[in-house]
Amino acid sequence: MPALRGGQHKNTWSPAFWAGFAACGTILVLAVPFLNFWVPSDSPIALPDYLVPLLGKYLCYALLALSLDLIWGYAGILSLGHGAFFALGGYCMGMYLMRQIGTRGVYGNPLLPDFMVFLNWKELPWFWWGFDHFAYAAVMMVLVPGLLALVFGWLAFRSRVTGVYLSIITQAMTYALMLAFFRNDMGFGGNNGMTDYKDILGWEVHQPSTRLGLYIASVLALGLGYLSCRYITASKLGRVLLALRDAESRVRFLGYSVTNAKLFVFTISAVLAGLAGALYVPQVGIINPSEFSPGNSIEIAIWVSVGGRGTLIGAIVGAVLVNLAKTWLTGAAPETWLFVLGALFVLTTLVFPRGIVGLLQRPSRLWARTPAPVPAGEQA
Amino acid sequence: MKTALPLTEALLYLNGVTVSFDGFKALNDLSLIVEEGELRTIIGPNGAGKTTMMDVVTGKTRPDSGEVFFRGIADLSRLDETEIANLGIGRKFQRPTVFENLTVFENLELSLADSRGTWRTLFAHLTPARHDRIAVTLARIGLTEQSAQPAGSLSHGQKQWLEIGMLLIHDRTLLLLDEPVAGMTDRETEETAQLILDLAKDRTIVVVEHDMAFVRSLGARVTVLHEGAVLAEGSVDHVQNHPRVIEVYLGR
Amino acid sequence: MIIRFPRLAGLVLLLLATPVWAKADDFATLVGNLAGDSFAEKEKAVIGLGGLGDPRAVPVFQALSDGRLFKSADGRVVISVRDGGTTRVRDAVTGDDIAGLDPDSLGRIIVNNRLRGAIEGALGALTLFSADPAARLTAAQDALRHPSAAEAVLLEKAIAAEKDPDIHAAMQQSLAAARLVSGSKEERLAAMRALGTTTDPQIRNLIDEFRAAPDTDPELQKAADAALTSIGDRLRLVGIAANLFQGISLGSVLLLAAIGLAITFGVMGVINMAHGEMIMLGAYTAYVCQQLFRTFLPGDWIDAYLLVSVPVAFLFAGAVGVLLERSVIRFLYGRPLETLLATWGVSLILQQAVRSIFGSPNKEVSNPSWMTGGFDPIGGFTVTWNRLYIIVFCFIVLGVLALILNRTSFGLHMRAVTQNRAMASVMGIRTARVDALTFGLGSGIAGTAGVALSQVGNVSPNLGTIYIVDSFLVVVFGGVGNLMGTLVGALSLGVVNKFLEPVAGAILGKIVVLVAIILFIQRRPRGLFALKGRTAEAEG
Repeated sequence: MPALRGGQHKNTWSPAFWAGFAACGTILVLAVPFLNFWVPSDSPIALPDYLVPLLGKYLCYALLALSLDLIWGYAGILSLGHGAFFALGGYCMGMYLMRQIGTRGVYGNPLLPDFMVFLNWKELPWFWWGFDHFAYAAVMMVLVPGLLALVFGWLAFRSRVTGVYLSIITQAMTYALMLAFFRNDMGFGGNNGMTDYKDILGWEVHQPSTRLGLYIASVLALGLGYLSCRYITASKLGRVLLALRDAESRVRFLGYSVTNAKLFVFTISAVLAGLAGALYVPQVGIINPSEFSPGNSIEIAIWVSVGGRGTLIGAIVGAVLVNLAKTWLTGAAPETWLFVLGALFVLTTLVFPRGIVGLLQRPSRLWARTPAPVPAGEQA
Repeated sequence: MKTALPLTEALLYLNGVTVSFDGFKALNDLSLIVEEGELRTIIGPNGAGKTTMMDVVTGKTRPDSGEVFFRGIADLSRLDETEIANLGIGRKFQRPTVFENLTVFENLELSLADSRGTWRTLFAHLTPARHDRIAVTLARIGLTEQSAQPAGSLSHGQKQWLEIGMLLIHDRTLLLLDEPVAGMTDRETEETAQLILDLAKDRTIVVVEHDMAFVRSLGARVTVLHEGAVLAEGSVDHVQNHPRVIEVYLGR
Repeated sequence: MIIRFPRLAGLVLLLLATPVWAKADDFATLVGNLAGDSFAEKEKAVIGLGGLGDPRAVPVFQALSDGRLFKSADGRVVISVRDGGTTRVRDAVTGDDIAGLDPDSLGRIIVNNRLRGAIEGALGALTLFSADPAARLTAAQDALRHPSAAEAVLLEKAIAAEKDPDIHAAMQQSLAAARLVSGSKEERLAAMRALGTTTDPQIRNLIDEFRAAPDTDPELQKAADAALTSIGDRLRLVGIAANLFQGISLGSVLLLAAIGLAITFGVMGVINMAHGEMIMLGAYTAYVCQQLFRTFLPGDWIDAYLLVSVPVAFLFAGAVGVLLERSVIRFLYGRPLETLLATWGVSLILQQAVRSIFGSPNKEVSNPSWMTGGFDPIGGFTVTWNRLYIIVFCFIVLGVLALILNRTSFGLHMRAVTQNRAMASVMGIRTARVDALTFGLGSGIAGTAGVALSQVGNVSPNLGTIYIVDSFLVVVFGGVGNLMGTLVGALSLGVVNKFLEPVAGAILGKIVVLVAIILFIQRRPRGLFALKGRTAEAEG
């Protein structure tokens, strides 16, 4: 029987794709170290040391945006609390880094970080146990956000909470966590957070070589994340997700467990976000509770929107572009940044809902009011 | 009027089914049997209980009293929607609810009778066997050309056929079609009649309809429902000339 | 207390023995004796002055206690008074200013601790008879701190002369406390019973101590227990009442903030993240009105600024709301998630705009005079006027809104459009206009909420962000599109928050509430009073 059109998605793993992926990956992995390390620092094309962690930060944001696109662009779950998963991963890394400081802190206590000594604590709280080992911390960085997502998602999806209500309670979730982590007696550094890191896995955090290493790790994480997301969205599960975005009860009627499908991608998404957060912290040098702020989580949605929702690549592009603009504007004209950001929100929803990548994919329909026809009564 | 019906190997057996909503009796001691391999049409004025009857059979609504059996053994009043669907009973709703964003092919792929577990769907491959099955179904519903189009771009009639196809592909034994030609053009109505007759060759189908021309073109046994109970049953001619039916539809 | 006894005893004897009217030369002599060499002399002078009952002794005592009483070279006793930036010198006897005294020639009259005690006692006794009612009240309440037999005698005298009922009651209570420690058994029992109605924790401690003393009469101990129980009950009652009031106050604030959101979300299905900024704009409107009144209108008009701000804020915020609806929201109907994001962007823009115009720091908005202060309804906690007015205001707004919705044709149109837009349009209702006006109404109410909030909180560009989360929780909890639901939701959330606070702390309490609501939504995804409308159902 001849193969039907619309059958197996041949272009998912085509040679063209791999070529493009390998090319981008190589450039990202090689160019930055080359421009930073090998090119002499007085050359005009040299990349200054301080830019390396900045680029790494953008890549972490890109991974975060990717994790949101997975659930929003494909399953229609607009989580406005993804900053929480990001921050939790970040805090796990932060705890490991704090344990690494050892006696080099201000108070010189081999076991307790400075902020605990300052609060007159005598011993390490139980949940800090194990964070002096990187392996343990590495597991926790993805386990903690994953578990939270599993529990929260199970409660939410099982009760068929969807749409706007879901978005609101994810906001509530991250808001509650923010309030909790601001408290000094929680044992996470309170409103000052955790900072002043010395080294990671034995390498000094501020050394250019460490920074390059972290940067490369970020590239690899992003690549891995992208491939996983691509696999999921191209599989049959991906189609189930697209279907339940449109017509959830029909999918249920067909016999699929909608709850399980949503729970699965929600958890994977949280794990990716946690990973992004973990790589982010050593590169920016601090983690504090403001990462949990509701506004941060909403901003992630704009990165995805600007880049193009439901395209995966769009999330990466959007995250990098918007944050580039933010870095530039907050330096050059700080009062204008919020105006620009606000305008981005309004414009991408009103005028450019398909985002940059969406526009490039189908330039014929420039002003789309809706990304795709949506039946009355069911919205994404 | 309670008729004592013997428990046969009828595919679908309803006996004395009553359903009331807040005092209003949607089904009033309804008794009905559908034999295996039959094509049955159910007609009746609005509010006669046609949709409620289908709700009871598919498990969407629990009857207040009465028996509902599938193949004489499965008590449908105790099972939930998913379990009933897995028994082989499929229902097509009035409004077509295909997945607009997926292609016709993908819509059928989702309906394939394979594992529904989340893990499985992550690693599912489209085997040649499955691919062929989709192709066969497409041919049967006449949508082979449109295989790669998003379902949202189909005409109303085509969407209905796609939906029938989605029921088909999952190998349902009993199909309940709720007003399949509502909103269709004349041409599409004809084609649908052909499709249903074709499908009736290897499965049991119950069609609920208003369009008398369509009912006539199906030429099947007709059951008339009125105020939640069976009013008359027989061939199209018999029913159309039945005095009580005329009274209900025309008189009063 | 034991140390005081001789002092007060002495004072009492003197009071009883001395005629009530002051003798001028006695006063002058005694003041002069304060400049004496020995502490014993000074002490006698203090006691003597106290016993005179002459209010002129009060500033002298205060100066002595503060170290501002001096002896001049020519033997006069003078008081040093700081007035603004300058120091003046006054004659202690006559009260007149003395000019030209060289400060270096003055010798400070020093006191020791015993003397201090005597001064304090004398001052206390004196103010019981002061001409100033406020001073008498304070003295009566202070007397609680050192109950004794001598004190009891003084209080009896004061009560006899006292006309003001509040001060009288305070004196009676202090008298009862004094009798408790020093009276006969019958007097003590009577005192115990009298004190059982207090809510003063000081008295409770007193009774506690008394009860715990080793050789107390068992009958008295029983009476003490009874009194303690009764006090405990009253305190609990007061605690509940206080929490209830605070809770309702908080709830009314939440209600005002959330009601506009309930309308736009419930009636129109629009998630407006800029709603908080409408509240903020209302608060700033109040600020601007206050400034305008201060600058351009005579002083006694200032109190009226609040009344003017309410309609102005309503119109201004309403206008912004209409503008928002026409320019942005109109294009996003049926897409609540997109609306959420777009309005979030608008909120950022509005916040930054206000920040650019007014700056980031808090702006001071003061209560008009008729809203300051409070009263004490049952004894034990204060009902502040501003909160009370806000509660009343909130219910007025709710009432007006209910009227608009149910009695006006606009309200009818609004409800028609909610339930069946297509049908309403076909029947000639201009749905676009209704939408714009509804949004304007919701935003306008938010503006008035901002005016109310300016009276109890800070006015800053972030004001909106503080209330947006709570507003949404109220709407989600209470049920979408429903005034009753919002009312119940807001009040219950406010009360629950307040009752949790002493138990769990403000932040933890908030977290608990949030988690509880998340769990609540699991069971009732539509909120408490779910509205069955097409918009509400369209949320999936």
